[in-house]
Amino acid sequence: MHRPYAATAILLHWLVAVLILCGAVLGLYMVGLPLSPAKLKLYSWHKWIGVSIFLLAVVRAAWRLTHGAPRMPEATPPWQRGAAATSHLLLYVLIIAIPLSGWLMSSALGVKTVYFGALPLPDLLAKDKALGDQLKLVHQGLNLTLAVVVAIHVAAALRHHFVDRDDVLHRMLPFVRPRPRG
Amino acid sequence: MTRWWWLGLMLCVGLPATVRAQAVNTIDPARSAMTFVATQMGVPAEGAFKRFTAKIDFDPAKLAASQARIEVELDSFDSGVAEVDTEVKTKGWFNTAQFPTATFVSSALKALGANRYEVAGKLTIKGRTRDVTAPFTVRQDGRAMVFEGAFTLRRLDYGIGEGPWSDTDTVANAVQIRFKLTGTGKK
Repeated sequence: MHRPYAATAILLHWLVAVLILCGAVLGLYMVGLPLSPAKLKLYSWHKWIGVSIFLLAVVRAAWRLTHGAPRMPEATPPWQRGAAATSHLLLYVLIIAIPLSGWLMSSALGVKTVYFGALPLPDLLAKDKALGDQLKLVHQGLNLTLAVVVAIHVAAALRHHFVDRDDVLHRMLPFVRPRPRG
Repeated sequence: MTRWWWLGLMLCVGLPATVRAQAVNTIDPARSAMTFVATQMGVPAEGAFKRFTAKIDFDPAKLAASQARIEVELDSFDSGVAEVDTEVKTKGWFNTAQFPTATFVSSALKALGANRYEVAGKLTIKGRTRDVTAPFTVRQDGRAMVFEGAFTLRRLDYGIGEGPWSDTDTVANAVQIRFKLTGTGKK
């Protein structure tokens, strides 16, 4: 039987997953709204979620580097191991880069990011509308890439569970023990 | 020769006014600024009014006779975000079509010591007049006098941001106004 992920890793994984989903839904919805108090609220919430994801991503990367990950099932072909390692690395890079791009974009567009409305983040860039518009494209492009990699990540997990019928998905699920090896 | 006689008379009449110590009449827009800091969701949002005029007669020795009148063209609101600049001109905010100008007229001046003063007066925005006081400093820049200060107003006192925008959890009621007025230095 394979060792599952540690409880900390599982908790961080799902916390970030839920936050990414909320951030993405909010982000896609808020941009089309006309200027209103609701829009200002949603933008702030979106930014707070982004800062939270960034902080959790840093913790996750540190955790992963110090604790490693459970080994893949013996039968996993090398191309799948390579694909898994690549997509996991990409996911880490993206969940750090996407909030960063949002923060930089916000600074360049002249809107400070204040975490929970109380903790002001420094503006790393001076106000520059043209640069801000470019960073908006970077933020969108990175998110599109994330959507693709997450889709592959989810598809792979479901394939392991339903097609390969191994315990790869199980070891990342909370509250369940890995299925007994048949 | 009659013309010279007239010139002499005009000089005599005009002289007392022109030599009055440190009187400033108008300001130099290039060296003056009218900025604000509003707060939305805890985020300070800075901006400026690009066009304003001021007429200031200031004499530290004659504070009772000193006075100021400042007019700000609300249409010149510049937050750096086009969507916001358009929004604040609408009826619920400044309603600039009907109320294009904010006017401040001083009523009293008080010395606080060390080149610091306090002006009290009436500020009218959107047809509503409220008392305001603002501390400021005075310094000399070449021949020009520079007046610099700040005060905080409550936007809802003037109906700035009505309807859904009156929610102060989103846009705070307190808005800081900072001013730097530099005289032309002409005497």
